[in-house]
Amino acid sequence: MTNKLDRTEIGLLIALPILICVAFVLPKWIVNYVHVSMGTGLVALGVMIQMRAGLVSFGQGLYFCIGGYAAGMMAKFFGVTDFIILLLVGVIAALLISTILGFLLRRYREIFFAMLSLAVSMILFGLLSSIEDLGSTDGFNLPTPSYLGWSPEGETARLTLYTLTCFIAIGCAIALNRFLKSPIGYINEAIRENELRVEYLGTSAHKAVHITYVVAATVSAIGGVLWALPLGHVDPEMTNWTTSGQFVFISILSGIGNIAAPMIGTFILEIVRVYAVEISPNTWQMILGTVMLLTIIFLPRGLWSLVTRAKNSTKSTQVSAQPAGE
Amino acid sequence: MLTAIAIAVDGLGFAAWLFLSSVGLTLIYGVMRILNIAHGGFYALGAYSSAWAIGLYTATGSTIALSFLLIPLAALIAGGIAGLLVERGILKFMYGRDEVLMVLVTYAIFLILEDVTKLIWGTESYIAWQPAFYFGTVDIFDIPYTVYKFIIIGTAMVVGLALFLVLNKTRVGKLLLVVIEDREISSALGINVTLFFTITFVVGAILGALGGAITAPEISVSPGIGAEIIVLSFAVIVIGGMGSIGGAMIGALIVGFARAASVHIYPPAELFSIYLVMAAVLAVKPYGLFALAESRKI
Amino acid sequence: MTTILETKNLEMKFGAVYAAKNVNISISAGEVMGVIGSNGAGKTTFVNMVTGHLTPSSGEIIYRGQDITGGETRDITRLGICRSFQIPQLFPELPVIENILIALTIAKQENAVLFRAAIDQSLEAEAHQILARFSIDQYAHQEIQTLPQGVRKLVDIAMATVAEPELLFLDEPTSGVSADEKMDFMRTLIEALKSTKTAVLFIEHDMEIVEEFSPRCVAFYEGTILADGPTADVLADEKVREFVIGSEFHRKTSDQDNKKVSN
Repeated sequence: MTNKLDRTEIGLLIALPILICVAFVLPKWIVNYVHVSMGTGLVALGVMIQMRAGLVSFGQGLYFCIGGYAAGMMAKFFGVTDFIILLLVGVIAALLISTILGFLLRRYREIFFAMLSLAVSMILFGLLSSIEDLGSTDGFNLPTPSYLGWSPEGETARLTLYTLTCFIAIGCAIALNRFLKSPIGYINEAIRENELRVEYLGTSAHKAVHITYVVAATVSAIGGVLWALPLGHVDPEMTNWTTSGQFVFISILSGIGNIAAPMIGTFILEIVRVYAVEISPNTWQMILGTVMLLTIIFLPRGLWSLVTRAKNSTKSTQVSAQPAGE
Repeated sequence: MLTAIAIAVDGLGFAAWLFLSSVGLTLIYGVMRILNIAHGGFYALGAYSSAWAIGLYTATGSTIALSFLLIPLAALIAGGIAGLLVERGILKFMYGRDEVLMVLVTYAIFLILEDVTKLIWGTESYIAWQPAFYFGTVDIFDIPYTVYKFIIIGTAMVVGLALFLVLNKTRVGKLLLVVIEDREISSALGINVTLFFTITFVVGAILGALGGAITAPEISVSPGIGAEIIVLSFAVIVIGGMGSIGGAMIGALIVGFARAASVHIYPPAELFSIYLVMAAVLAVKPYGLFALAESRKI
Repeated sequence: MTTILETKNLEMKFGAVYAAKNVNISISAGEVMGVIGSNGAGKTTFVNMVTGHLTPSSGEIIYRGQDITGGETRDITRLGICRSFQIPQLFPELPVIENILIALTIAKQENAVLFRAAIDQSLEAEAHQILARFSIDQYAHQEIQTLPQGVRKLVDIAMATVAEPELLFLDEPTSGVSADEKMDFMRTLIEALKSTKTAVLFIEHDMEIVEEFSPRCVAFYEGTILADGPTADVLADEKVREFVIGSEFHRKTSDQDNKKVSN
């Protein structure tokens, strides 16, 4: 029972080969957007799983940036270009930092969590902006990654990285889907609703929040590495609060109902952004803000609630047909 | 010695600017329990309208002295209109909702205001330096400071004092304290809570715009200033304890001096020293230095 | 009968006010006792102290020979002391069944595995059984916030029993339940709890209910214990009649309120 795939996971597994095939069919620029939005999508997922616990992180860019910079610095200062090592370094950096910061942040809720997470991410922003060896506000470039000694170039390099990114992104999404159904994920929903009761039921809300924070940080750092490598560049903007705000935007828009929603949401947002910036560069944020307001007012559970609502209306008729109880 | 004086004067200057820019934020939070990210938008609107008005006015070649009037006027008009529109148009439908949700709502409004600013004034920078140098400079131990800096410090003190007097010595202020204490009871007592909210929000917006307007002559007004000030003013009000005017003043002084100190002692730390102070205060006193204790739940 | 809980000279001060003073109570395994006292007498404070929500200013709380004074709520729950609340503390946006499932999940899996599903069919069946025991299984799929107060009270109590506690505190179980339903409500409750051999301490304002359901009664007044003994004796006590029951009569006639905050 516990190891069976649920519908979301099956959907993600079906999406994987399609996602990979897309690279060979669609024009290159669209594929590039798919590629980077898998990275940012993972960060949005990190925001979303915290939102399940009622925590809005206005500083998730911190780990997005840590992932990107850790990988970048590994390449810049130690000349390492191996994809797996770069990814691991990003993950380890995020694990370490989030575990330590988690002891502080797990004590905060609501707007205080939002502001403290923002403050912490801005410390890194200020720090990176002033370190000249890391290019200050301009950031620095990353090399093309190699794979266990194999160093592809050109098209091959691009497609290899893309394929691996697809695997990792889908893998992360499935893992997070499991996480949400695990006891900790379940307890998170309870923490959002009533933390006092959670403690009275006999478990530590702080611990659950801490674990969630670390998981979110890790997946965001993976997103950071996967985002930075295809672009070949990192800069402090990754941890500016306005960047974090966009991840929050995606989570609000997609809701906390389903893991796939933020991934799809990120991609749509990227595409819409391309056109919006092209057609009317000065109204892009206005569109974002308006859409966000409308979502909050009319679809408080996000756009995905439209999908589940449609599903539930067919399901509820079956349920009510059964006698109540066992 | 010289450094210490420079830090003191600069710190005071920063603090005055920070206080003016964040007191509206703390006022709105204190009364309405809304952590208003759109405050950054009001600040930017104030800065742009003031820089733009000063630019137009000085182009006519008239005496600069009168341009000082344009600063509060710009804040009043820009902040007043924007504040009223936001409160009447959006926020009034959302009162009583979760605090975190209100943060998201005001973030959305912030995004909208950013583009409104761009649509009105474009994306190029505005520089309106004339008022800042009109009174020339004074030397304190051989370091020249513009008199304008001291005007800002004076304005901050006047605004702080005025708010203190209104809140503590007038009938309106006392009624407002009742509203803060308990919304339901105050409406039962016949106090028009909605009106108080509208006025508070508009006043807060005007104060935010004033922060921008008064700074405009000292800086190059360009896109992004709203996003920058919002984090700084978060730091200020969080340190002092959100919702407290006195707290905002202390917070502004702490952040102002921290920034001035790093500017003079170790410049690269300028950007993150502020956030470091904010995080440190939050780590030790989670709800700020002057926050009231939370009431019990069961 | 073995004593499971013993408090020694418990004291709680809020500023200059004593919310508890010289509170000495011992509770035996499996017994049922009622606690009476007017608002602010220190009943809930007592429960809050024993369950770790408040740390007493002085005194000791001994549970099965172990000093639990000032312990964490969650640890005390794990030791077998659970409670319900005067105002139900539930997860209002979730359906009843999920509320119980969360309680079960927490009770069963302390060292949770990160990526394994918490809920399976057997756990769901167990949750339905618990609801059935309290006769509320027909509400299983409704969100808490859509339910009447009486049902919420039962869900709240059902959640407190999920961990199969040895000692259960019920904080005004019948408040918010209409007067003519109170007796039936308590009957359902006591019946459901009987099978578990749990010691039950319930706070109650209705003397009839105390008389009907608890052999032992403790009366609180201004933080101290006024009387402790067989219910009939306590209710007949002169001081109790004057300070507790008199004011209860007063309270009943003056306000049929839904109090927001307890003492």
